[in-house]
Amino acid sequence: MFHRESGYYKTTYAADMALYPLPIARWTVAGIALAMCIAPFVLHAYYVSVINLILVATVGALGLNILVGYTGQISIGHAAFMSVGAYTAANLAVRLDLPFWVTLPAGGLMAAAIGAIVGIPSLRIKGLYLAIATLAGQLIIEWTINHVPWISGGMQASIEVPRPTLFGAQLRTQHQLYWFLLFFAVLAIVGTLNLVRSRIGRAFIAIRDQDIAAEIIGINIFRYKLLAFAISSFYAGVTGVLYTYYLGIANYEQFQIVTSIDYLAMIIIGGLGSILGSIFGAIFVTLLPIAIRLAMENWGAFLFGDADINNLIPNLRLMVFGGLIIVFLVLEPEGLNRLWRNIRSYFRVWPFSY
Amino acid sequence: MAAGAAQLRVEGVAKQFGGVTAVDEVSLEVQQGEILSVIGPNGAGKTSLLNMVSGFYRPDRGRIAFEGEDITNLPPSRIAERGIARTFQNIALFKGMTVLDNLMLGRHVRMKSGVFASFVYWGLAQKEEMAHREKVEDLIEFLKLEDLRKQPTGALSYGLQKRVELGRALALEPKALLLDEPMGGMNQEEKEDMARYVLDVNEERGTTIILIEHDMGVVMDISKRVVVLDRGRVIAAGEPKSVQANPEVIRAYLGTKHAIRKAA
Repeated sequence: MFHRESGYYKTTYAADMALYPLPIARWTVAGIALAMCIAPFVLHAYYVSVINLILVATVGALGLNILVGYTGQISIGHAAFMSVGAYTAANLAVRLDLPFWVTLPAGGLMAAAIGAIVGIPSLRIKGLYLAIATLAGQLIIEWTINHVPWISGGMQASIEVPRPTLFGAQLRTQHQLYWFLLFFAVLAIVGTLNLVRSRIGRAFIAIRDQDIAAEIIGINIFRYKLLAFAISSFYAGVTGVLYTYYLGIANYEQFQIVTSIDYLAMIIIGGLGSILGSIFGAIFVTLLPIAIRLAMENWGAFLFGDADINNLIPNLRLMVFGGLIIVFLVLEPEGLNRLWRNIRSYFRVWPFSY
Repeated sequence: MAAGAAQLRVEGVAKQFGGVTAVDEVSLEVQQGEILSVIGPNGAGKTSLLNMVSGFYRPDRGRIAFEGEDITNLPPSRIAERGIARTFQNIALFKGMTVLDNLMLGRHVRMKSGVFASFVYWGLAQKEEMAHREKVEDLIEFLKLEDLRKQPTGALSYGLQKRVELGRALALEPKALLLDEPMGGMNQEEKEDMARYVLDVNEERGTTIILIEHDMGVVMDISKRVVVLDRGRVIAAGEPKSVQANPEVIRAYLGTKHAIRKAA
């Protein structure tokens, strides 16, 4: 955290446009990478499973942030796009016995196609109205999956999916799944970093900031909005597939509207239009219910009876959640990412606070 | 395009908003490489005319052709692709983005990287970014924005924002540049700078310039031809000197009473 930006002279455009222009940042990234590589060897399977959940959520949060944070379009239908990916992959894996490296992109592409269709109204409507349109998308997809046995195997059923195999070995344990999920999470992070710093990402941000000006410099708004929906839904589809492989089953209950809200919470709390924020948000929202349960199990007995605690935990989660979203929207609309930047810039100029 | 033919041809264009006729049967021709000023009192239809040329409004009647091709019903993004750039009266920059990113966005239509290349970045997209970065750096040098490269444009002064907006339009490498009051709200020094840039662009790049401006001094100094609009109609057109002396123009600006008194 203690570093100065002065003293590093960039002599090429490539150096100026690097993801991490400062040596300290490169060392930090290397340190985190090292920690992620060591983690599964020292951590208990339970903690690894929590990290796995965070990795899956990171992919989804990044995708949603591309749409909401970068392009400025809203979607309350993201869980449905995840379910499209999940059921596409599950059906391909079960019926045709296809491996994950086919089902994963297939799930993503199917979700992208559906997402682009749901995004069509975004040409004409914005904000709240678009939110309602995507909400309709969520409900229609949920209903369809539930009521077409060919897709879901029947009402309220779930499809058991074989574990992914790599080089003939099945990935069964949390530790094995960790590497599988880490690979895709890193791919998603790096890909998104690249996307938002090049032509397509800049066009997305332009549409968010000033759609009229974006049009005048030659950006076809409709095409790019649909593209944002498609890319974002692709991420969502992949999230759904990863989650399905993680759980071993595809089940519609994992992809209901509450999940859509969870992901929106991630990017609002983490920081809209920020990649680091998406990761912070995924960590925070995944850990929050676990932290609440731990806290209630350990200290809840001082205040409530045993029976109440079990009832309280799911409700408390919702309350804390709603409260936090409001707190962040009011106090720090740019989310955890902004808090982190504030801390960093405090130390950067330390000990001179101006 | 035949030699000597106009680069931009506006034929009998009209636009109504409700009962108000903003532009009424306006026709004009702009030659390649000239500086044409469009002047007129407030509400004369100058900006509406520009909005039709750049594709924001669809004319109710009439036809607009650029380099011999009909662009009347094309959307703004397609018109930009053909090489018509513009700036706005009330600056429309991407305020959260840096000067550099704003200018890079101006090069959008000249770049090609698709989703996949962007996602991978290293290789094609990076090469393209660097090639275009060089062009943008030339512009930054031309407009003397070197030390503001990494500043968010929202934090810049008004005059500088107008300059960045000009830069973003130029980044498109336009054949014709539509400027909607580029000097509005500027002080004398900033106006002179802006006039210099406009003249330089016109001379060095041969870019056609269509200018809406209220500062008559600037208009008379830099334009080759002036078109005067009043209540949606062209009331005079020609060289700055002759337009200035035109009684119709004086009447439009100063009112009829003045004209009557003069006649009497």
